[in-house]
Amino acid sequence: MEIFISIVKIALIIAYFYGLLKVMDHSSIWVKILGIVVAFGIVQLALSLQFGDFQVLNAFDNGLLMQACTMTMVALGLNLIYGFNGQFSLGQWGFYGLGAYCAADITFRWARGDSRGLFVVGFGVLFAGLAIWTIFKMLEKNRGVPVLSAFTLYLVAVVASSAVAVVLGNLVNPVLSPLLGTISEPGILNSQIVKEIIFFLAIVLAGIFAAEVSFLFGLPVFTLGSDYFGIATLGFSIVVYTLMNNSDTILGFTEMKGGRGMIGIEKTTTWFWAFFFLLVVIIVMRNLINSGIGRMIKAVREDETAALAMGINVANNKLIVFVIGSLFAGIGGGVYAHYIGFLSPGTFSFINSFNPLIIVVFGGLGSMTGTITASFGWTFFLEGLLRNLLSGLGTEAPTWRFVLYPIALLLLMLLRPQGLLGTAEWGFLKTTFLKSKKIKIEPSEAALAGKGEAG
Amino acid sequence: MQQAVTSDPLTPVAYKSKKRLSWVGKGFLILLAVGVLFILGDNLIKNPALFVQYVVDGLQLGFVYALIALGYTMVYGIVKLINFAHGDIFMVGSFISFFSITEFNMHLWPAALFPDLPKLLVVIIGTLTVIAVSMLVCVALAVTIEKVAYKPLRDAPRIAALITAIGVSFFLEYFGALYFVFSSRFIPYKQPFDVVAYYINGSGIHQIVAGTPPPVGSITFSNIFVIIVVVSILVQIFLQFLVRRTKIGVAMRATSYDKNAARLMGINVDQVVSFTFAIGSAFAGLGGVLYAIAYSQIWTQMGILPGLKAFVAAVLGGIGSLPGALVGALIMGQAEALTMGYISTPMRDAVAFTILIVVLLIRPTGIFGEPEKEKA
Repeated sequence: MEIFISIVKIALIIAYFYGLLKVMDHSSIWVKILGIVVAFGIVQLALSLQFGDFQVLNAFDNGLLMQACTMTMVALGLNLIYGFNGQFSLGQWGFYGLGAYCAADITFRWARGDSRGLFVVGFGVLFAGLAIWTIFKMLEKNRGVPVLSAFTLYLVAVVASSAVAVVLGNLVNPVLSPLLGTISEPGILNSQIVKEIIFFLAIVLAGIFAAEVSFLFGLPVFTLGSDYFGIATLGFSIVVYTLMNNSDTILGFTEMKGGRGMIGIEKTTTWFWAFFFLLVVIIVMRNLINSGIGRMIKAVREDETAALAMGINVANNKLIVFVIGSLFAGIGGGVYAHYIGFLSPGTFSFINSFNPLIIVVFGGLGSMTGTITASFGWTFFLEGLLRNLLSGLGTEAPTWRFVLYPIALLLLMLLRPQGLLGTAEWGFLKTTFLKSKKIKIEPSEAALAGKGEAG
Repeated sequence: MQQAVTSDPLTPVAYKSKKRLSWVGKGFLILLAVGVLFILGDNLIKNPALFVQYVVDGLQLGFVYALIALGYTMVYGIVKLINFAHGDIFMVGSFISFFSITEFNMHLWPAALFPDLPKLLVVIIGTLTVIAVSMLVCVALAVTIEKVAYKPLRDAPRIAALITAIGVSFFLEYFGALYFVFSSRFIPYKQPFDVVAYYINGSGIHQIVAGTPPPVGSITFSNIFVIIVVVSILVQIFLQFLVRRTKIGVAMRATSYDKNAARLMGINVDQVVSFTFAIGSAFAGLGGVLYAIAYSQIWTQMGILPGLKAFVAAVLGGIGSLPGALVGALIMGQAEALTMGYISTPMRDAVAFTILIVVLLIRPTGIFGEPEKEKA
């Protein structure tokens, strides 16, 4: 019976997304907004209504839903990097972890009367972003700077701006911290509304932080070539995992507690926030892919040499895609941290870094619909259905899960290597084509003159 | 098809030669190198014996990595596939040896059959049997994996094969972690022979007596260290001979150069690929046994990081090159041991991957790698 309910739930979720994407494709903006509000409301009702013992989506499902939302953001970012741009990356999980820890640290400190988290990260992200932008523009004018030199310039600039940010943050903190109060006696700046704002800022900053780190990391690593790029990004995930495990000793963030895991994070993520960030990520990514840049991204995937010949700056294109993908991962991490309330480095170990990759491959490379359905289906299948199916096995169940799931992967690779959905897209996500303008061709003056002479 | 680039009048030579600000990057690298050399030199002067001790530990690690890296470099050289499952075959090798020792007492069979044999001979024959069994099981496993999982994808996009490799790796790890297979616990390894530690100082080589620490300023090593070094070098020589002098070696090189042309020349490419997998996995199994004897603890995920580092070593040395794999592995071993000694233990993985990135930036094909030919 439970298995049947789980299957129905997965089918309903897929139908839900089908409907949502259809509505978002409507030509009238009001219908779109109404559809999104209704879609939000349906799940909210299902989460909050209770008929006696029965609840359509219980607390466990709520957890799965949040997990699936964050996983979708991460997997969409990876699909942008790997599915649409063809760069095999295993570092997405590392950026996810960076985003999670960064966002968690900001709100954690804020709740405890320490505004340095917000201001150091905020100023740091701002200044580092400005520095990167300035150098990027400078290097665009002066072509021919070797990658290593460019990397050194960026690195020095980012380190310098971060140092400035740390100083500024420490200057601002004494002014604000009396207003923040402590965790037992919250000050005026720790009311519920301010907390929600800080949460929003924290997630955005975490995303940008992950994006800037990915820029610095991607710049040298993209020159290595495809397979080596994959291994280097896997290395990045391993390095991030190591740093998290030693965040209290090597990095000196005592509140992260290293390998014991960070506890006491505010559980601010609700269905509203998860839905909001998921929708933002979907809309941004869809518009990016259907824009001129999106066509460049796909051109680079199809043939780098041909793309270069068409005047596309391939190196910059790859880098920008990598940065945007990591931005999504960072946002996903922030949402996850505030849903789960507890961050352990084990979650971000590099074995799990294959999860988004497998989701993207299952859903179909270069298919947003595939990624969304696959990550929801994957989370509900693996956590919900498979847990029910294997519950008779006792403590061995988690291991069996990971025995069955490579087998499914192998079968998929052998039978349908393009993914379950291939490149099919639903409703809103379908590729839009610009209406071709009718161009009136007027005969040039020379041609007219020639005609006149001839006549 | 070779194009004469220099004689082409359209090539913008002037644009290519203009490398602005290249001194910044070089300066950064020089600073980095000076920093590393300073730390190493400073410690070498402060306590030379400790430094040499770390180098010895690094050598032991490096020669084990070399055994794994050989399989990676050969497989990648021929089918251009990062065989993620290779590290898990290494793990299977050590587990098979563990079970053949604890369940079947295979390291003692000569003593059971011929009670008069001298003890040394019993140990040698017994250990060799254990190693041979592990290698055979690894070969069988790898050939099966190759036939079932990789062969159908030979003509698919490379990434499909890579994801399959990841899947196989997961399967081996978690299937092994099941209770009735290997179980997911850390298992203390029972050595087939006694590991004896020695120390060396000014007065010669002495055996360490259990319970008494070696004198200050001496360098310790064990018999397994010597075995690992000797075996690894022998394997290297054997593979060099195999690849350079035998018919199958010629076939391997031909397949690696151009698969279709090799097929036209009458080489059975499938057989060559299977053979490559088999021989790489045999040495991974050997490495697994030696690693388990040296570090005396096994579990089902022990193969992941050594496998990855061995791949990094193969890339460092230039993928497809056998001496490159050895050199790369030794560099990785040294980097890891010295980082553990002088910076901090957890940072050893970070340093390994940083070295990979830096070396590939300077020399994109690795230390011994040949310049890559254009994508066909």
